[in-house]
Amino acid sequence: MRKLFDFHGGIHPPENKHQSLSEPIRPAGIPRELVLPLSQHTGAAAAPVVRPGEQVLKGQLLAAASSLVSAPVHAPTSGTVSAIEERPVPHPSGLSAPCIVLECDGEDRWVELPAPPADYRELEIPALLERIRDAGIAGMGGAGFPTAVKLTSGTHHHIDTLIINGPECEPYITADDSLMRERAADILEGVAVLRHILRPREVLIGLEDNKPEAIEALRHAIGDQPVEVVVFPTKYPSGGEKQLIEILTGRQVPSGGLPADIGIVCQNVGTAVAVRDAVVHGRPLISRITTVTGEAVARPGNFEVLLGTPMHYLLEQAGWDPTRSGRLVMGGPMMGFTVPHPEAPVIKTSNCLLVPTEKELPSPPPAQACIRCGLCAEACPASLLPQQLFWFARGKESEKLEQHNLFDCIECGACAWVCPSHIPLVQYYRAAKADIIQQRRDHEKAEHSRLRFEARQARLEREEAEREAKRAARKQAAEKRAQAAAAEGGEDPIQAAIARAQAKKAAQQQAPEASPEEKAAAARQAAQAKLAKMQKRLADARAAGEEDKIVTALEASVKKLEEKLASLEEPTA
Amino acid sequence: MKLLRVSSPHAHGPNSTQRVMQQVLLASLPGVFVLTVFFGFGTLVNILWAAVVALACESLALWLRKRPLGFYLGDCSALVTALLLGIALPPYAPWWLIAIGVASAILMAKHLYGGLGYNPFNPAMVGYVVLLISFPVQMTSWAPPRGLTENVPGLLDALRACFLPGQFDAITMATPLDVLRQNSGLMMDDLWAQAPQFGRWAGIGWEWANLAFLAGGLWLLYRRIFTWHAPVAFLASLALMAALFYDGGSSASGGSPLFHLLSGATMLGAFFIITDPVSSAVSVRGRLVFGALIGILVYLIRAWGNYPDAVAFAVLIANLCAPFIDHYTQPRTYGHRPPAREDA
Repeated sequence: MRKLFDFHGGIHPPENKHQSLSEPIRPAGIPRELVLPLSQHTGAAAAPVVRPGEQVLKGQLLAAASSLVSAPVHAPTSGTVSAIEERPVPHPSGLSAPCIVLECDGEDRWVELPAPPADYRELEIPALLERIRDAGIAGMGGAGFPTAVKLTSGTHHHIDTLIINGPECEPYITADDSLMRERAADILEGVAVLRHILRPREVLIGLEDNKPEAIEALRHAIGDQPVEVVVFPTKYPSGGEKQLIEILTGRQVPSGGLPADIGIVCQNVGTAVAVRDAVVHGRPLISRITTVTGEAVARPGNFEVLLGTPMHYLLEQAGWDPTRSGRLVMGGPMMGFTVPHPEAPVIKTSNCLLVPTEKELPSPPPAQACIRCGLCAEACPASLLPQQLFWFARGKESEKLEQHNLFDCIECGACAWVCPSHIPLVQYYRAAKADIIQQRRDHEKAEHSRLRFEARQARLEREEAEREAKRAARKQAAEKRAQAAAAEGGEDPIQAAIARAQAKKAAQQQAPEASPEEKAAAARQAAQAKLAKMQKRLADARAAGEEDKIVTALEASVKKLEEKLASLEEPTA
Repeated sequence: MKLLRVSSPHAHGPNSTQRVMQQVLLASLPGVFVLTVFFGFGTLVNILWAAVVALACESLALWLRKRPLGFYLGDCSALVTALLLGIALPPYAPWWLIAIGVASAILMAKHLYGGLGYNPFNPAMVGYVVLLISFPVQMTSWAPPRGLTENVPGLLDALRACFLPGQFDAITMATPLDVLRQNSGLMMDDLWAQAPQFGRWAGIGWEWANLAFLAGGLWLLYRRIFTWHAPVAFLASLALMAALFYDGGSSASGGSPLFHLLSGATMLGAFFIITDPVSSAVSVRGRLVFGALIGILVYLIRAWGNYPDAVAFAVLIANLCAPFIDHYTQPRTYGHRPPAREDA
């Protein structure tokens, strides 16, 4: 028996998982329209490679990864790209973001996929990582970090332990549970790929003890593979990456560091299946398992959903009664966020849609005063002092907040769950974190400006000093020359120069004023010269194939100069 | 369609401040019952009258501060303050004494600092100390326990003592703690034999009251209203101090550890007073230090001070130290080395 460890704190909220486990995974079907946000992951948004009106096939690349930390987007079914525009997306901000809108044709025709290798073990590791990256896989547990990036950083470290995250500790959510029950073999196939890439000393699949069916299915699928299922007591948030690592290994990820720093890589069970699809079958990530639950749906359960499916479509598949639900939560009741628009799509990180009735999850009552009872500190899995953080957050004491390690808060919500005064603690911490990050940015900016100002000041002083030195040197030289001239009995050259200048000035003043005609002619000449120069620049730009913007700007200037020239010629013509 | 937008978490545990306070009130019942059995209805009348005054003061303060009455009165915190003060005051105290104590507690110690959650000092103990310093005579007159007096006052006597103090002749007797402090030259065993106040382990009545408060406290621990750290540290350090200065029961002895654990307000203090979260230290280690400090202070004041009991002063001094203790007992956060403190 493996030695298990415990993490500090944690809570036991009602699980409410049975509601969505009565039926096997159901296909959600193909809606009329799919909305695919360009950013469904942590990192830079993908860049579209299709244009509105284009016909696309299932699995075809729609948007490519735009930087190292990014993930491409593929067409979940065949159809026509009807628009690339801003649409409401599932994001805590409730804002809209650029999306590719796909009008589905219902034929669900696959694009010709690159042939999967006969045996992926014969591929080089970078080629395997490339496949995973090209499949658009991002962590399916909820955070959505691009999987290839995580694995690449893993290959740079010596990886001791590969942990497959399967506790699914949040109440209500059963997407991973049903996946483990029904597709344990697929998970193990994905785990084998991950093992091949990372070559860990051991592989552990961590589960809470409330999933006996999943445990049985996994153990059966493992057979004699060197993978161990580790079962531990149910406690929220055991599925948090840091907490799971502590439970299984007794080690803690250093603050601000990555699990890879201590030789560990963690991957969600859903991600393992996506990796298997990408590497073994060459299929990109175009669907996922999503739990639909809450008392406002008649038939809660798990659905295999095409990415981009509007949430209201999916909810309707489960018999949604919109009049009964006060809120729509993406994710679980502890860490999920409310989505104000039910037309927002299901994305790579949508593990659950929760539509509770008001009775089921009542609106928060008004907060009372904090009595510093300390229940929050007992519940905090990061061993923080939430009551102190709350106090400092109210007082906007950034220094104290950082000293009390605000940024180690994982926003699991355990503190707010136990709070007898119903204080929305997590909300305070989020706001405080955002404030501090903004302050840091402002500070950096101010620092940058200060450095620039000081550099300029130093440069001006230096130049002034150089000029001063030159003046002094000239003066000295002139004196020397004057002395030399005086010694030779000749004319002082400086005095002579001054006299010449004065004579020239006097001559100019006596010269007659230029006539208006002459002036106009001079102006015309100047304008013509300018125009010729600008025309040449325009021709050069066109020849060099410069950007449209620059060419248009040059064209505009040429036109302006032509107009000016015309206006100058008019009165004399 | 209008959907609610709220921040996570969306689920909430069943706990509430009101529930916490009500359980504290409930847990005090055994102690109050024992006090009533041994000393008559005085304590009960104290508590009820204190509760009336506390609710009135709380309402006044809330009204002056323009806060909704129902919402804030509902937290029951004023009732807890009234309860603790009512128990701590000598039975058969006059109504005005109780009223002054409660008003000091609620108006001065609590609302002047911003109300529940913002008070640096335990309100009930502030009320107690104000009275102890201002009215030492009334505050040191304890009734004799059943067994040492023929007529333990009934409810009517108690009401008369409270509201018509002129018409009631209270019988008073030195408490066991007083007897011990005033001991001059007797060995512990001789003192025990000579003074009638002593019972099996400590004072008659007192030992049972303390055991009853201990029972209530253990129930609160079981209900996870507070953690064991502060009470256990307090009781342990008090017992340790008593053991250090027991001196084999000589005439210079400060009394046995058991005597101290079951005398005066020890158990009431351990489970109902120092566990007031608002004014105590916050972290686990902080509460250990906080409790231990109170234990030491209680013994020092009992042994060498001039007051009938020491819990109130010890708690207030420890309240003063709480922010300082917090500063040095910040727990180690996940993924951190022990906190590197820049001294603020």
